[in-house]
Amino acid sequence: MGARGPFQDRPNLRVEALSVARGGRVLFEDLSFAAPSGAYVELRGSNGAGKTSLLRALAGFLKPRAGSIIYDNIAEPALSLHFIGHANALKPTASVRAHLRYWAGLLGGSFDEADVLARLGLRGLADRPARTLSQGQARRLALSRLLIAPRPIWLLDEPAAALDASGRALVSELVDAQRERGGVVIAAVHESLGPQPANTLTIGA
Amino acid sequence: MLFLANPARFMSFSAWAAPLTLVLALALFAVGLPWGLFFSPADYQQGETVRIMYLHVPAAWWSLGIYVFMGAASLVGLVWRHVLADLAARSAAPIGAAFAWICLATGSLWGAPTWGTWWEWDGRLTSMLVLFVIYLGYIALWNAVEDEEKAARLAAILCLAGLINIPIVHFSVDWWSTLHQPASILRAEGPSIHPSMLGPLFTMAAAFLFLVAALAMMNMRAAIYRRRIEAARVRGADA
Amino acid sequence: MSAFAATFRRDLALMWGAGGGALAPLGFFLGATVLVPLAMGPERALLQSAGPPLVWIAAALAVLATLERLFQADLEDGSLDQMLLSPAPLEALVLAKGAALWVAVGLPLALAAAPAAIALQAPLERVPLVCLSVALGMAAFVGVGLVGAAVTAGVKRGGVLIALIVLPFFAPPIIFGAAVAAGEEVAAAFLILAGCALGAAALGPIAAAAALRLQAE
Repeated sequence: MGARGPFQDRPNLRVEALSVARGGRVLFEDLSFAAPSGAYVELRGSNGAGKTSLLRALAGFLKPRAGSIIYDNIAEPALSLHFIGHANALKPTASVRAHLRYWAGLLGGSFDEADVLARLGLRGLADRPARTLSQGQARRLALSRLLIAPRPIWLLDEPAAALDASGRALVSELVDAQRERGGVVIAAVHESLGPQPANTLTIGA
Repeated sequence: MLFLANPARFMSFSAWAAPLTLVLALALFAVGLPWGLFFSPADYQQGETVRIMYLHVPAAWWSLGIYVFMGAASLVGLVWRHVLADLAARSAAPIGAAFAWICLATGSLWGAPTWGTWWEWDGRLTSMLVLFVIYLGYIALWNAVEDEEKAARLAAILCLAGLINIPIVHFSVDWWSTLHQPASILRAEGPSIHPSMLGPLFTMAAAFLFLVAALAMMNMRAAIYRRRIEAARVRGADA
Repeated sequence: MSAFAATFRRDLALMWGAGGGALAPLGFFLGATVLVPLAMGPERALLQSAGPPLVWIAAALAVLATLERLFQADLEDGSLDQMLLSPAPLEALVLAKGAALWVAVGLPLALAAAPAAIALQAPLERVPLVCLSVALGMAAFVGVGLVGAAVTAGVKRGGVLIALIVLPFFAPPIIFGAAVAAGEEVAAAFLILAGCALGAAALGPIAAAAALRLQAE
């Protein structure tokens, strides 16, 4: 795997008085928090409270009603974010290898196939079409994007969903490594991933 | 809720403006229709059937004019995210479609005695038919997308794309009709317009314009009421 | 590999791989071609005048079928989100998808137009022109189809809606393309057809990308 150097510029993310609505319903208002370099922020809240919408707003997909999202010391947000949503972005007929190559081309990154597959616990599955993967394997494949392209800010929506204990340990390990590099991780979770969050936000309380 | 002050101002404006324009429209129809139907000259070539022109031509003008208005409203809605602009575009669309339909139907009625057939693939009528389909597509898109705000933006994009397409369609249909129709046949352009025909024609055009304004305002008011009911229902459900 | 190339290659592979993507539109196209003389009678002169333009219509309808799923899958499975995070602008990636559709479906249809035109009694010397006109026309249809597919991406079973939206945009290429195929005013029609194709290829991705950003919200 390529060298994973630290993010030198101390990237960080700040949210001020953010208000997000979806389908005409206001999900939350006046939300403010800071995610400095090296921070891990956990988003908690019941289903439908707005955790996903907050992540999508941070990713730039969803325009907030009010407030602002400030990215410091990073290049354009589209180049500096990873978004792992509920859906894995897999095409059923494409192989695991094809997915890795596509994401490397799309997001701009390089990878050693054997290395990445080993790290993710997908060794030997390179030629398998995505539809033959189990839920857990599919999730791991989605997480490979984090390894392929180094980006300072990670937005994860229930990253450990469908993962077994070793999968959850993998996510925990990835989050720790990203924090050590000075990156920022914001994750919506139902149960703790492992690492101690610098900040826990409960949405919709 | 996302209601700005503007819809409230629009509501109080249209509360008197809509009935007023409707009355003006009816008055203009009361003047224009008899003028056109009875008190203007018949055409030396086409006889009495030329009187359909007083419905057909204004309908044609305004079906296009309304689409241009929708384009402007769509642009405002897209750039400034103004709720009223989206509503205006949506409210105008069925009216524009109806006018296109009136133009086609009156064209057909006009054609029967003039050409001997109920339909003729004349350049202008063909372009109008395409415009009618464009209207249908726009209205259908609004109805198909569930999220109203998203529907507004997507329909706005479609409307603007259609606006670019309309002159292209017009040009290509004209080109096609010169290719396929010899110039000597009676065209749907109708007779050259004698000055004595301009009076009733413009009166009818004005009548249609006020009718459009009145109907559009009424549509928008209905849409705003619907939104208020929906908002109240959502609030009630949350409580 | 650039993001554009990666998207182009992936979409091409997906379209060709999944049960031979071009087979359905091709099959429809050839089937329609067979039905035409059955409906019109085999009289040579009649087919000759109507043949090439009908080839054009069949090609236009065949491409309609491919539009519905063009962006819907990307919207549903989260691929669109990743496209938004690419260094390449979304417009470029949409153009890549359109290019892949043209190569996977448009070109084969243009080639299939040759036997179809011959079957419909087109004079042999006009067949290359028919194929070329269909190839250009396909580019125009794809460019416009991108917009239709993008605005309807969230609509379930939006096939009929896409057809309704897109048909007025198909009219100009059909007018000029059929004229080329029928040998009428070929030079002028061909140039204008090329113009339509370029215009659609240039503007379609822009409008489609704008619509897709809205769909991602």
